[in-house]
Amino acid sequence: MAALISAAFCGIVFGLGLLVSGMAQPAKVQNFLDLFGRWDPSLAVVMAAALAMSWAGFALARRRAQPTFAPQWSWPDRTEIDAPLVVGSALFGIGWGLVGLCPGPALVDLLTGSPKLIAFVIAMVAGMIVHDGWRARATMLPKTAPSAADG
Amino acid sequence: MTTMFEPLSAAIGGALIGLSAVLLMLLNGRIAGISGIMAGCLPTTGGPRSWRITFLAGLVAAPIVALAAGTPLIVPAMPGSWGIVITGGLLVGFGTRMAGGCTSGHGVCGIARLSPRSIVATLTFMAAAIAVVFIARHVVGG
Repeated sequence: MAALISAAFCGIVFGLGLLVSGMAQPAKVQNFLDLFGRWDPSLAVVMAAALAMSWAGFALARRRAQPTFAPQWSWPDRTEIDAPLVVGSALFGIGWGLVGLCPGPALVDLLTGSPKLIAFVIAMVAGMIVHDGWRARATMLPKTAPSAADG
Repeated sequence: MTTMFEPLSAAIGGALIGLSAVLLMLLNGRIAGISGIMAGCLPTTGGPRSWRITFLAGLVAAPIVALAAGTPLIVPAMPGSWGIVITGGLLVGFGTRMAGGCTSGHGVCGIARLSPRSIVATLTFMAAAIAVVFIARHVVGG
């Protein structure tokens, strides 16, 4: 139960971070990506602050025996740099550039009730299901377990 | 639409995102990668769902807390074309699963762990997104 509450709390803090930083607004994200136009460097500062905090916090976590509410750490275990990583990231980047939304901000914006935002989220979930179904068939496995590595 | 460079709110918001990633690791032992957490809730995947569902519920409910603290939820400016909205959503969903992560899992948590895999992923999606915005705004549009 404690693990479920702490996960919910982390979700709220993550969402607050997206809202406070302005990253829940597609326009700010697209303007960051528009290096040769209306460039807004905000996203770079968001990334730098998030990285500094998580780098220091993860170093702290590495020194502890186990998480507070879980039996073991689920650190990512994948290290391969392969075609799916690069092709998948490129496809994601195209979609991100087209709309200015990645998964976190899309979910944080759900309560606005914007019909196009809701359509985007439904399409995003459909894209995930299509991918996982395709991979499951390709590898002849009944289910693709999400690796601890997956972000 | 022009937006302002707001370094202070960007730094505070970024620190909150990092804090969330640190707390989810320290408390639950999990990586705060939104696409992975979402996919872990789908019928196509296995693994525990309960913590993922409460994390996502917190994420979706965050605007209520923000509103109470005086930060309004701004209706997102979406593309005019429904085709672009749907195409973008499909690409984001498919691509993040194929790459095993998105802006949070690779861009924040992965780079914070100095993972070469996540650094390659982040440079790739940044470059693709910059190219798309360049084409949309300065080649096709303008």
